[in-house]
Amino acid sequence: MDAKAIRQMFPILDQEVNGHPLVYLDSSATSQKPIPVIEAVDEYYRKNNSNVHRGVHTLGSRATDQYEGAREKVRRFINASSTAEVIFTRGTTTAINTVATSYARANLKPGDEIVITQMEHHSNIIPWQQAAKATGATLKFIPLQDDGSITLDDAKETITSNTKVVAIAHVSNVLGTIHPIKELAKIAHENGAVILVDGAQGAPHIRVDVQDMDCDFYAFSGHKMCAPTGIGVLYGKKELLENMEPIEFGGEMIDFVNLYDSTWKELPWKFEGGTPIIAGAVGLGAAIDFLNEIGMDNIHEHEKKLSKYVMERIRTIDGVNVYGPENRASLVTFNLDDVHPHDVATALDSFGIAVRAGHHCCQPLMKWLDVAATARASFYMYNTEEDVDQLVDGLLKTKEFFGNVF
Amino acid sequence: MSFNNLDTLYRQVIMDHYKNPRNKGVVDGDSLTVDMNNPTCGDRIQLQMQVEDGVVKDAKFEGEGCSISMSSASMMTQAIKGKKIDDALNMSKLFSNMMLGEDIDTDLDLGDIQALQGVSKFPARIKCATLAWKAMEKGVHEE
Repeated sequence: MDAKAIRQMFPILDQEVNGHPLVYLDSSATSQKPIPVIEAVDEYYRKNNSNVHRGVHTLGSRATDQYEGAREKVRRFINASSTAEVIFTRGTTTAINTVATSYARANLKPGDEIVITQMEHHSNIIPWQQAAKATGATLKFIPLQDDGSITLDDAKETITSNTKVVAIAHVSNVLGTIHPIKELAKIAHENGAVILVDGAQGAPHIRVDVQDMDCDFYAFSGHKMCAPTGIGVLYGKKELLENMEPIEFGGEMIDFVNLYDSTWKELPWKFEGGTPIIAGAVGLGAAIDFLNEIGMDNIHEHEKKLSKYVMERIRTIDGVNVYGPENRASLVTFNLDDVHPHDVATALDSFGIAVRAGHHCCQPLMKWLDVAATARASFYMYNTEEDVDQLVDGLLKTKEFFGNVF
Repeated sequence: MSFNNLDTLYRQVIMDHYKNPRNKGVVDGDSLTVDMNNPTCGDRIQLQMQVEDGVVKDAKFEGEGCSISMSSASMMTQAIKGKKIDDALNMSKLFSNMMLGEDIDTDLDLGDIQALQGVSKFPARIKCATLAWKAMEKGVHEE
């Protein structure tokens, strides 16, 4: 895989920021978009835009074909057994909320347990807090090891026959921990629970096979995997989705509407009330083609190398503390002694380097790490070892600057 | 090496307030207390003010955050101490305008605060600088 050639496909990366060539290290927040995705959305609006599933006219058919074609691409991308199991949503947050609202409220009662971890993104914590409050179920947490991983023994300890839902990230957006989903799914199922996987940081970087993992729900966002913002996916096993009520009601999702009662379309459309995110789905389809062309395994290999390289290099800087396990996804979360992460991020930005600073939507994890905030550099297939060198150089300059002004 | 861009933001006086904050701690006796945070980044401040006869007798703060938010809190408490509430609110308005990049023309003594003028060139950091002022305004309005 040639990251430098791939980089040419991302026009946004070819610019100067604050007088320096842009080094974009914030792909965990959102990825950049390659030319084929930008062109697919552009072409959709120039040539095919129409509403789906109702127009008898030609444009209506084209838009419907493109929209449903994108669903089939998603199905293959995650190896779902049927497109009935692929629901388009606004993103990961909406996908998780759909399950937490529809599935959880219908199936949870006082005494039941929902099991998550303290390292979840807010979007995989708050929906479960709300579901617990609404149903009287209890929220439980699989304990974290010192390096921010979890053990299967602890998972077996925490998940009991009272557990009805296990919800966990595929990859932690702060620590980069990659969770053993297949094994966790097995433990959940042995206890009669379902497992939802927050795949926001997984699907863009690691080959996903929902049947092999045997997860019951898998949620992810398009914008972190080269697609536009505003499109995401909820995968769910058909027999579960069939028994779930929609949470949004209106056009597009109905079968018959009477004065006092209505019936729903079949899967997946019963969960897609209102005019769907058509251009977003078209963009996601193009993004999946793009990722497949490079190859998910190649992307993963490239990122593994990059992650190893960044860990080696960043540790050579005195005063840098890195959080998370050794074996990690391609992101590094850190703090620089005596400099607040916002100040680190502003300083790096002045050298053209974009990193994230803050709590990364993980306040409970920040509490566990005993820090108010951290800085995070995250990588994707278009990043190179030179980007890592720039980061290290930028951090050394940041240290020098703040060392001098104090 | 020169850090021209950064030097406009991180003035010496700002870093001095960050490293040696003035009025850090809690007010003795009765005070009005305001907690405020910046949910997007996790900065937080607790501001305590003692107000008598419409005058800010004492102001202290505790908190956690970046150099801009903490130095701004330090400068703000220094500036409003001994001031009439109306003047403190006027200062807050002036400070907001300063963050929008406007030139400030006033008889009020802004002291070290003017060192924060450079923040207006860093839009992502304006909320850091205004956190303490927002806390002060909230406290006064609740009173």
